[in-house]
This record gives sequence, structure tokens and C-alpha cells, in this order.
Amino acid sequence: MKSDAEDTPTADAPILPVTLQGVALRLGGAFVLEDVSLELGQTGCTAIMGSNGAGKSLLLRMMHGLIAPTSGDIRWGGAAPSEVMARQALVFQKPVLLRRSVAANIDFVLKVRGQDRAQRDALLDHVGLLHKSAQPARLLSGGEAQRLALARALATEPEVLFLDEPTASLDPASVLAIERIVSDARSRGVRIILVTHDLGQARRMADDVVFLHKGRVAEHSTAQAFFPDPQSDAARDYLNGRLVV
Amino acid sequence: MQSIGEALGLAIALVLSGDPDLLEIVLLSLRVSLTATVIACMIGLPIGALVAIGRFRGRNAVLILMNALMGLPPVVVGLLVYLYLSRSGPLGFLGLLYTPTAMIIAQTILIAPIVAALSRQVIEDLHAEYAEQFRSLCLTRLQTVQALLWDARYSLLTVGLAGFGRAVAEVGAVIIVGGNIDHLTRVMTTAIALETSKGDLALALALGIILLVIALGVNAAVQSVRMTAARQAYV
Ligand SMILES: Nc1ncnc2c1ncn2[C@@H]1O[C@H](COP(=O)(O)OP(=O)(O)OP(=O)(O)O)[C@@H](O)[C@H]1O
Ligand SMILES: [Mg+2]
Repeated sequence: MKSDAEDTPTADAPILPVTLQGVALRLGGAFVLEDVSLELGQTGCTAIMGSNGAGKSLLLRMMHGLIAPTSGDIRWGGAAPSEVMARQALVFQKPVLLRRSVAANIDFVLKVRGQDRAQRDALLDHVGLLHKSAQPARLLSGGEAQRLALARALATEPEVLFLDEPTASLDPASVLAIERIVSDARSRGVRIILVTHDLGQARRMADDVVFLHKGRVAEHSTAQAFFPDPQSDAARDYLNGRLVV
Repeated sequence: MQSIGEALGLAIALVLSGDPDLLEIVLLSLRVSLTATVIACMIGLPIGALVAIGRFRGRNAVLILMNALMGLPPVVVGLLVYLYLSRSGPLGFLGLLYTPTAMIIAQTILIAPIVAALSRQVIEDLHAEYAEQFRSLCLTRLQTVQALLWDARYSLLTVGLAGFGRAVAEVGAVIIVGGNIDHLTRVMTTAIALETSKGDLALALALGIILLVIALGVNAAVQSVRMTAARQAYV
């Protein structure tokens, strides 16, 4: 049990940069993440890349505090992930939409967060879904569902926004629509941590790239350095379209 | 003893004429079983929800108990309620034995476990899908339960209908605690049992027809709830 005296300073203390030190995660008897040490800076957009099963989604969940590492330490400013979860939002690889109307999906979040309900239409308009307000959320197309999930995440006014392949299986126009919304948030100071397989997207969005390979960080470089000249064999193979196993 | 054909003719005439005795029995049946269903839902839904999202020691034992209670034999429930409410029983001073209230109590005990067990399953399945999203949103437990109950509304409605269907068709418990007293505690099932044994097949058949129609109505309601849910891509 933490005392109030310990909790209060973290309430609005900065949560960035985030540091991971020797983080490992063991699931079902095997290590799915191992020896992950990273520092992600205060602003901008970090892309997390790597082949299927490399551990990207699990890393995202762990940084957000949904799963605890088996060993190692994750610190947001001085705080543990679970203490600052409310200041972050995560858009899952498969969007989880409530069995309600599009508008009610946003209303729900605004209500539980005690935020102004009047923002709803502006949020829906921002992601181009205002005209679908009354439609059941589960009848949205894949791209629309992703945009609704994104709007809902933004409704919580997060300081950090985790996105797990937000544009997988979307058409080019929808990809750009999502990227525009994310860039918008970013320019308002939201820290973006993005998992993507889309090289073009990573080039357009990322300031730095974390490349995961078999649960380990193969490299962490600036985007300018990473794309023309990756340092690790795994990243080189990945960028060249070779299957990395 | 009438022939079946005669009895059927009389039964249909009874139903169509809106016979006041018949009507009284049907209305009491509906009142008792609907009240029991509402109370059973008020008890069973929160229990189902708490067990669905709770992770506590002895949870498996609770699950086994809930599933076992689902199959409670109505006569045993009737007997237990009788023992509690009879004059020498612990609640005998209430004077509830052989009243509609006693019947409501018995049916509530009979179907609350059904509501709890079925809603537990429904809510747990939904929670499996929502849990991470809800944790990410930092919902309180109460907010989680409320959201799950609301989002499971169509399935829970069919759970309630299943409970009502079981209550209204049940005879063993209400006959013991109600006593099938004319104009007081006589409901459809107990009247059918009595009139059949007396040989008045017309009234028994008339009530049987109505009971069947109610059962069909409940099924139709379940079906239409499912179709509404599907139309809204609820599933
Ligand atoms: N609950 C679990 N128990 C055991 N292993 C798991 C569990 N969840 C994930 N894994 C394994 O951990 C590895 C990493 O999973 P993760 O979802 O992080 O991959 P990913 O990098 O996001 O892949 P993709 O690009 O396909 O989304 C996978 O091999 C997966 O099978
Ligand atoms: Mg993934």
C-alpha cells in the first residue's frame, strides 16, 4: 500500500522519458521478451518494428502496465506503469468496441473519465465518423472501427498513445487519414509509440525505431539512421523483405 | 370421464369464453412467476456478474455449487420452503404458508441459481473480450460490472426469459407451499394436476393450452430478442 505522500508527487509529475532496464517476460515456460533495455525520449514518435511474433504487442502491453515483466524494471518518470496507466491510452491490434452505437462508445469513455460530454461530436468529426454516430459500432468497417478506437483513445486525453498496428488491412486513404489524426495528436504534444509493419508509415511517422528480434532489442536508432543503414542483420533482412526467423 | 375430443372442445370453449375462474388462475400464475423472475434477476444477476469477473479463492467451488443449484428439484425446494414457513418453522410467525408470497419465494429460490449461472457464463465471455480494454481505461470494478451488464443486455434478457419459462411451468414447489387453494393459490400447473386427477379434463386441457401458448410466447420472445441483437451486430 502506497501512502498519499508518495502518490501525490506522481499525480502530475512528468512521466517521460520511459526507461526499461533488463526487462524480461516469460510466458508458458518460454521467454518471449528478454534483456530489453530502452530509453524512449520525451517527445515524438517511436516505431516498434520486427517480424511476427517478435514480441511487439507484448512489449506495448508491458510498457502500458497491462502485464508485469517477469524481471527487470519499467519506469515512467519515477512511476511504475500501473500508476500512470490512466495518463496513457492503447489502441489494440484488434479494436475492442462496445456493443453500442458509435456515439455511445465515445460517451462511455468521457463519462467514466468524468470529462465533458460535449466533446463527443468534435472527436467523431475529427476522425470522420460524425455521420455514423447512431450506427451500431460493430457494423463499422475495419478502417472505421480503427478510427473509432483511435477517437476513443484520444477522448481520454492521453499523454502517451500506444498504437498496435493501427492501419493493418486498411486502404491507402484510410491509412493516411489515421496518420493525419495521429500526427495531429503528436503536434499537440502526445507521445506516440507505434507498432507497425508498414515501412512507408514508419518512414513518414517515426523519429526513432526500435527493432525487436526474437524478443530482444536488435537495435534502437534514429529513423534517419535506421532506414538507409540498419546496424543489425535482423533489421537488414527485414527491410530487404527476407523472412527473419 | 370425458372423451378427449369432448374435453378438447370444452377446453377451447372455456378459453374463448374468457371464463373468470380460468382467468383468475392464469393471472395468478403470471403474477407469481413474473414477480419471482424479477426478484431472481435482482439476486442472480449481481451474483453472476461478481463471480464472472471476480478472481477469488474458492471460485471453482462456487461455480460447481451454482451449476448444481441450477438443477434443484422443485419438490425439494418446495419442501425446504415449507419447513421454514410452516407454523413450527423458523419463519412460521410470518404466516406465509399457503399464500402467493410463499409461492413467489419458492420459485425465486428455484430460478435465482439459473439466472446466476447462465448470466455468469454470458458476462464472463463478454469480459474475456473487454477485460484488457477496460483495464487500459482504468475502470473501477463497479463501472466494469455496469458496462458488462449493459452490453450483455440482450443475452441477459434471454436468461430472464429462461428463468420465467422454468418458473411458470413448475408444479412441485408451488403445490407444496401454495397448497392449490381455490381462488387463493391455485395456479395453472397445480390446477392441471388437480383437475386431471379429478377427471375434469376440460379445465385441465384449457389451462394446458394456455400454458403451451405462454411457453411458445416465451420462445418467440427469445427468438425476437436474438434477432434484434443480431440486427444491431450485437453478437
Ligand atoms: N499468453 C501467451 N502465452 C504464451 N505465449 C504467448 C502469449 N501471448 C503471446 N505469446 C507469444 O509471444 C510471442 C510474441 O507475441 P506478440 O503478440 O508480442 O507478437 P508481435 O510481435 O506483436 O507479432 P505480430 O506482428 O504478429 O503482431 C509470440 O510468439 C506469441 O506466440
Ligand atoms: Mg502484435
